[in-house]
Amino acid sequence: MMLYVLLEGLIAFLLIAGGVFAFIGSLGMAHLRDFYMRLHGPTKATTLGIGCMLLASMLYFWVTEGKPDIQELLITLFLFITAPVSAHLLAKTGLHLQLRHEDKTRGNPPELRDEEIGEKPVPHPDRGHG
Amino acid sequence: MLGIALWTSMALVVAALLLNVYRLAVGPDMPDRLLALDTMYVNSIALIVLMGLWLNTKTYFESALLIAMLGFISTVAVCKYLLRGDIIE
Repeated sequence: MMLYVLLEGLIAFLLIAGGVFAFIGSLGMAHLRDFYMRLHGPTKATTLGIGCMLLASMLYFWVTEGKPDIQELLITLFLFITAPVSAHLLAKTGLHLQLRHEDKTRGNPPELRDEEIGEKPVPHPDRGHG
Repeated sequence: MLGIALWTSMALVVAALLLNVYRLAVGPDMPDRLLALDTMYVNSIALIVLMGLWLNTKTYFESALLIAMLGFISTVAVCKYLLRGDIIE
């Protein structure tokens, strides 16, 4: 019986932590001042928040039904793989569109090469364009 | 204890969704709106998971998985469109 109380406490803690992290991520996105700062919130805090919530759900159904399930693990894995990819693409889009940024945001947007914005086909590593 | 935690978490996620709607409406440029939509689908997955806990059913996790996949694909598609002016070359 003691074990169930402990597990309930753990699940409640993970739920609260997930909600708080998701809220902090969205608050950062709504509050910070330029696009490159705003990108930080959702990509890190929100991903951690949803990871906590899915872990809580996995634990809850494991305890109530007596056997672990793969579905939540699949969602967690998929989200954790895709979040950095979409963040990278968003940052690249922001650099390409040369969005205005605060003076404090360091690093100037580099000029993307022609083949990166589709002006020119990507050269073959051995044969070049030949 | 679990009920209070569930309601608190739901309230926080709904507040996060409202902040995303604010950024979606205000966001000065296109990538800001895209980022707001990207965060919105992650938050809606969180809401679906919490609903599954509340109703004590696993039926809705497949829809959460579908939203995760389609959200990622659509984010990549709009990014490609903004970056290269074309989606499939």
